[in-house]
Amino acid sequence: MPGLASNYYMVSNQKKIQHLYLRAGFILSPADIAAMAKMDIKEVVKKLFNDSQADTPLQSAKIMSTMPDLKDMTADEKKQYIQEQGREVKDLNMEWVNQMVSTNEVLREKMTLFWHGHFACRSQLSVFDQAMNNGIRQNALGKFSDMLAHISKSPAMLQFLNNQQNRKKSPNENFAREVMELFTMGRGNYTEDDIKNAARAFTGWRFNKQGEFEFHAEQHDDVSKLFLGKSGNYNGDDILNIILEQPATAKFIVKKLYRYFVNDEIDEEKCDFLASKFQTDYDLGKLMYSIFVSDWFYDEKNIGTRIKSPIELIVNLQRAIPLQLNNPQAPLYVEKVLGQVLFQPPNVAGWPGGKDWIDSSSLMFRVSLPGFIFNNTITDVKPKENPDDAERKMMAREEMQEPQIPKKQASLSVTPDWTTYINGFKDVNDENLYSAISEYLIQSPSPQFKEETISKYISKDTRESFIKSLTVSLMSVPEYQMC
Amino acid sequence: MSYSRRDFLLHSTLASASLLMPRFLKAFNPIGNSFLPAGNKTLVVIQMSGGNDGLNTVIPYRNDDYYRLRPSLAIQKADALTLNDELGFNPVMKAMKSLYDNGSMTIINNVGYPNPDRSHFRSMDIWQTASDADKYLQTGWIGRYLDNECSGCAGYSAIEADDTLSLTMKGQNRKGMAISDPKRLHQDTQRKLLRDISADYSSSQHGNSTVDYLYKTQAETISSADYIYDKYNNYHSTTDYPKGDFGKNLKNIAELIISGIDTRVYYVSIGSFDTHVGQKGRQEKLLQTLSDGLGAFVNDLKQNDRFKDVLVMTFSEFGRRVQENGSSGTDHGTANNMFLLSGSLTKPGIYNESANLADLDEGDLKYHIDFRSIYATVLNRWLGANDAGILGAQFDHVNVF
Repeated sequence: MPGLASNYYMVSNQKKIQHLYLRAGFILSPADIAAMAKMDIKEVVKKLFNDSQADTPLQSAKIMSTMPDLKDMTADEKKQYIQEQGREVKDLNMEWVNQMVSTNEVLREKMTLFWHGHFACRSQLSVFDQAMNNGIRQNALGKFSDMLAHISKSPAMLQFLNNQQNRKKSPNENFAREVMELFTMGRGNYTEDDIKNAARAFTGWRFNKQGEFEFHAEQHDDVSKLFLGKSGNYNGDDILNIILEQPATAKFIVKKLYRYFVNDEIDEEKCDFLASKFQTDYDLGKLMYSIFVSDWFYDEKNIGTRIKSPIELIVNLQRAIPLQLNNPQAPLYVEKVLGQVLFQPPNVAGWPGGKDWIDSSSLMFRVSLPGFIFNNTITDVKPKENPDDAERKMMAREEMQEPQIPKKQASLSVTPDWTTYINGFKDVNDENLYSAISEYLIQSPSPQFKEETISKYISKDTRESFIKSLTVSLMSVPEYQMC
Repeated sequence: MSYSRRDFLLHSTLASASLLMPRFLKAFNPIGNSFLPAGNKTLVVIQMSGGNDGLNTVIPYRNDDYYRLRPSLAIQKADALTLNDELGFNPVMKAMKSLYDNGSMTIINNVGYPNPDRSHFRSMDIWQTASDADKYLQTGWIGRYLDNECSGCAGYSAIEADDTLSLTMKGQNRKGMAISDPKRLHQDTQRKLLRDISADYSSSQHGNSTVDYLYKTQAETISSADYIYDKYNNYHSTTDYPKGDFGKNLKNIAELIISGIDTRVYYVSIGSFDTHVGQKGRQEKLLQTLSDGLGAFVNDLKQNDRFKDVLVMTFSEFGRRVQENGSSGTDHGTANNMFLLSGSLTKPGIYNESANLADLDEGDLKYHIDFRSIYATVLNRWLGANDAGILGAQFDHVNVF
C-alpha cells in the first residue's frame, strides 16, 4: 500500500476519531470524544470492532406460527390484521432507530444500515422484514457469502422478487436478474441467457406457511444449465457459488462499500487491491478492518465529504445531545419528509444517496430541523403519502382523508438533556469553546461560513446559553449535513 | 383523419424504428411553424396517485363485457356523459366534458408499458423515471430534461406543487423545486442566519465539491423564493377552485403561470385513487375534484390568453382490473387512459380505439401505446427537447399537436 498521505499529520487525532465513528458508526458524544482524544487511532478501531462483537436482533414484530391467509378471514379479522401490520412496520422502524441511537454496537448497526440499502426489499409482513434485517445484522461483519445465501432464502426477498412464482414450467427471472445486477456483479458481467439459466436453477426456492425456506423439488428444473461459461445441473446454491467465484463480484461489493464508507469518488487502485484480498474469503469484518486502519482512510480528502443520510442525521442528532422525544414518531416523520423510510426503499436498487438526498425543499428542511427541535417551532411540511399506507387504510375501511399528518406530528419538540452535552465540554476554557464545538460538529476541514457570521447568532449571556446557541447555529449550516 | 387501430399500430409502437424513419422525419417536424420558441411553452403534469380506474373514468357504455364484468360498479349508459357513440365520461366530470366538447382535450386510450408491474411503488417508479420494467433509474424524466436541456436554468424551471419533491423532478445535476405555497417559501427563506451563511458562501470561492452543491442549492432556493414572491404578486386568481390541496395547488400554478414566471414544467398530484373497497364514492369524489379543478384552471388561463401555451397531461401508475372484486372495488391493473389538455391541440377528441375488453391479458387490459411515446412527444414537440437523449431511446411520437 502507498505510504502516508502527505497531509496525514495535519488531520488532528480528534478529527480522525470522529471521522471513524461518523463513517463506521455514529457520532460519539462530546464526553466520549474527550475521553478518547489521546488514543491511537488503531486502538480506537480495535475498540470499535470489539464493541460490535455482540449482536442485538430486532424483536418488535410478532412471530406467527403460521402465516395468516387473508382469504380465510372475516371482514373484521382482516381489518384488524391489516391495521396491526401497519403498526408493526412502524414499530419495527422506530425500534431500529432507537437501537441505532442507544447501542454500543455502532459498527454492526451501520453495516446493517448499509446492507439494508444494498439488499433493498419491501415485504408485506413485518415479521419477514424483521427476519431479513436480523439475518443481515448477524452476518454484517461475517462472510458476505453467508449473507448472500441468507438473503436469497429469506421469505421477504423471495416474495419481493417473485421467486414464489418461479417454477419449472414458467420461470420468473426477477430474482435471478437482480441478484446479479444489483446484489453481486453489476451489469455488463453476464448475458440475458445467464439470467434465464440462473432463473431455472432457482426454480422451486420457496417459503412455506411457517415463513421458512423450503425447496420444492417438483417445481425445480432438474436439467443441465449453462451459466457464466460453466455447465452442470445447477441448483440455486451452485449459482450463488459461481457468482462468488467471479472477480466482478468482489470488485462490485468493495466499490459499493468504498463509496459508502470512504468516498463517493472511487480510487480504482485501492479498490482493486481490496477486492483481490476480499475475493479470497469474502470476510466483511476483515475488509472493513483493513479499510479503517489504513492511513488513507484518514486522508483530508475523505473527511467531511459525505452527505448524511436522513437516518444518519436523525441518529447523530440524538447521539450528540440526548433527546427525549415528545412525539415518539417524530423520527418517522423526518424519515418521510427527507425520503428515507426504513424498510421502504424506493425500489430494489435502494436509496441512491449522496446528492440525491438534497433538493431545495429537503435542504431547507434539514437546515431548519435544529430550529424545529430545539426552538420548538412548528413545521407544517407535509410528507407525501406512502401508497401502501393509503392502501392499508383503504383495506381496513378507514375513512379516506386528504393525505396529511396529524397536527401533533407537526411538532418535533423534544426535551433535550443539555446538561450531559454541556458537561462533555467541561475541560474546555471559555475562549476555546467556539473552536471545540465547531471541531466537534463540523467535519469539513475548510468550512465556507465565517466565525463572525455565526457569532452574531450566539448568546453570550452564560456559558450554557453560549454552548446551546452555538450548537443550534452550527447545526443549521450546510456543513453540518456532511460527515 | 381517423386512425384505425391497425393503422395506429403501424404508425407507432410496434413498428420498428428503422421502418419508420422516413415517415418519422416527414411527419414530425420538431417545433413546427405553429410553435413559439422553446421556453414559452409550459407543461403541467398531473399525477393521479394510487391507480385510477380508467374504465369508470371513460366509460365504454356500449360494451357488454364492461357491464358483465362490473355488475355493481358499471356506470349506466344513461348516466355517462357522452363523448362519442362508444365512450362517455363519469357523470361527475361535467367540467371536463365541456373542455372535451370545446376541443381542449385529447383522450389517449390503452397507455402502458411491456411487462407491467402491479405494485404501486414499482409502477410509479417506472412512470416517474420512464425506465423499462426490468431496469432501475435513479433520475426522473423531468429531472433529466433539466439536466440535458436546462443546465443553466434557474431552480424554478420545474416546480412541484407540494412540500417534498418527487423522483420525476430529480436529475443527476439539476432538480426541480417543491413549492406548495410561494408565500411560505418566502417566509422560510427570510431567516437571517440562513441568508448570512449564504452570503458568506457567495463572497468566498466556489468549487465543485459536495458542500458547494449544498451551498448552491441553498442560494438558489433563496433567490428563487425572492423572484417568485416578487412576480407572484402580479396576478391573483378570483376563480373558484375545489376545496382541498389539489384545488389550492392548481390555483397556485395558474397564478404562477399567469404572473409570467419562467417555469417550464409544473407537477401536481391528486389521490389516492386506490379503490379496492367501496370504489364509487371515493373515485367520484376525486374525479369531481380533478374535473372541477381543471375546469377552473383552464378558465383562469383562458381569461388571460395563456391556455394556448399550456399543456396539461394526466397519468396514473396503472389502471385497474376489468372485473370488479368482491368489495365493490377494483384491484391493481395495467393499461389506462391519459388526458392531454391545451388550447393548442390539433387533434382534440379521442385519439385511438378504446380498450378491447374481449382481449385481455389474464383479466387486464393490454397496452397499445407505450407511455414513453407520450413523454417523447411532449418533450420534443411541446418543450422542444431532445426526447431520445432524455428517455434513453427513440420512442415514436403521437400526433396530437
